[in-house]
Amino acid sequence: MEKTNTENNQTNLIEVKEEKSNLLSSSLINSITTNFGDQVKLVYKKENRSKIMVSPENLVETALYLRNNHGFDHAESASGTDYPADNQIEINYHLGSYSNTDYYPYILVLSTRVDRTDPKSNSLINIFPSVEYHERETYEMLGVFFLGHPRNERFILPEDWADMPPLRKDFRIKGR
Amino acid sequence: MSSLEEKIDEAKKLSLQITKETEDDRLMTLSVGPQHPGSGHFRFTIKVDGDYIVFVDPDPGYVHRGHEKMCEYRNHFQNIPHLERPVIHDSCNITYAYSLAVEDLVGITVPRRGQFIRALASELSRLSYTLYWLAIYGIFLGHSTMFMWPAGDRELLIDLLERLSGARVTNAFNIPGGVRNDIPYNFKEKCLAQVNYFETRLKEYEDIFYNNPLLRQRTEGVGILTKEDAIKLGVTGSVLRASGVPFDVRKVEPYDVYDEIEFNVQYMKTCDSFARAYVPVLDMRESCHIIRQLLDKMPDSGDVREKLQFNIKSSPGETYKRVESGRGALGYHVVSDGTPRPYRVKASVGSFRNLLALPFLLTGSKLGDMPAIYWSLNYWPVEADR
Repeated sequence: MEKTNTENNQTNLIEVKEEKSNLLSSSLINSITTNFGDQVKLVYKKENRSKIMVSPENLVETALYLRNNHGFDHAESASGTDYPADNQIEINYHLGSYSNTDYYPYILVLSTRVDRTDPKSNSLINIFPSVEYHERETYEMLGVFFLGHPRNERFILPEDWADMPPLRKDFRIKGR
Repeated sequence: MSSLEEKIDEAKKLSLQITKETEDDRLMTLSVGPQHPGSGHFRFTIKVDGDYIVFVDPDPGYVHRGHEKMCEYRNHFQNIPHLERPVIHDSCNITYAYSLAVEDLVGITVPRRGQFIRALASELSRLSYTLYWLAIYGIFLGHSTMFMWPAGDRELLIDLLERLSGARVTNAFNIPGGVRNDIPYNFKEKCLAQVNYFETRLKEYEDIFYNNPLLRQRTEGVGILTKEDAIKLGVTGSVLRASGVPFDVRKVEPYDVYDEIEFNVQYMKTCDSFARAYVPVLDMRESCHIIRQLLDKMPDSGDVREKLQFNIKSSPGETYKRVESGRGALGYHVVSDGTPRPYRVKASVGSFRNLLALPFLLTGSKLGDMPAIYWSLNYWPVEADR
């Protein structure tokens, strides 16, 4: 009898947690959409994760809003994904919060798509200083130039690297 | 006469020019690593003005293998053995995060017993990594006993992992769907005995190392990373917790069975090198508590693994899953296009994130404080290079 009680309690706890996470997620997305309207597109909403897509012109504005109004204060990672079929490169910032305890488990993916032939995007280094090395890595791995970043330079790759950025899809590993 | 005076004037001007120090003459550039024994597979260039460091430029990449690219050529199971390579001591945590991401994409849940076993393996792995780090921290602060003891005690945990998975370090034990095999006969008793003994050793570490006045003088008040700066730089793991932010992924976003386990997030508010060196030891003690609870609550029978096809196809989409590794939050961003191979894998690793704190802390500090600051960052060069 005792055992079933604890089991019930546990399932209740999990439900409460999920509800809280959903509420948080909904309120965050609502606040973003009421502020930016059609400029922001919601890509997915899962438990503790959501992804929003903005145009490159609205990237800085949205990031600033998220930092000032919701307490997202650092980026866990900034990376890029190459989509040659669409002729685009997608840049993802995985934003988290250390100052707002409600958002501790939450990761918001702020993403934008830039043209693949001449990829340029505004750097978020002034809003989130933690993206410094991540953006530098994205520059050398995918060739995205970050406007406003002080050092769009070689970081991890060898100094004599003379090929195309290696995480582009048309770069093939030899023998594969 | 006049010509002589002119000559003297000229000579004075010339000597002034020679003795006038330019900035380049005053500053000396030193290259620390990658052959230097005190940096690992990693180089950073520093400029010193006398005894003070005025400029730091990290240059990672000496062991870059491009394993994010390699992932795109292999299926999810083939990815496990090469993903764990960056930190072989902490292999179970790395494969844990990747497995969680793949399971989310495929849409399966792991059997309960499997969840307990892989949590157990990753706790043992975390202890083994932290001991290795502690050994290195000890030797670079000139305390050779602190190298010998953790390196010796680590064998206890390596033995357990070897009995569990068959390999000493590169275990490849956590795979998508659960764990590779069940725990061997008599493992629980052996594990409990080893971990209980190991916990008594932690007290001795404190006596010989952390209460040592020499260590305290070298680390207390050195390399202050305030809470605000830590948040701004987005550091993680023990570095963040030493700066007063009680953030541990196991607690804030419990995965698998961690929401049933009772433990405290250990953190300190002194923000200095000593705190960053001491928090991992507090974490090890919590890990011992966690292991005992895992052994106690583990179901006695049941499947350990949800059998998956070797070439399992995941639904198109993307996910971001993270675990708490020995060096902080470790997340995998996996994008799938519906084929057996991932379309893109991005690892967000603790070492790469903590690297940003290195120039911040070293600039303005003394050259002699460099090892105390650098190794307290829990930085693993191979992981940052990936």
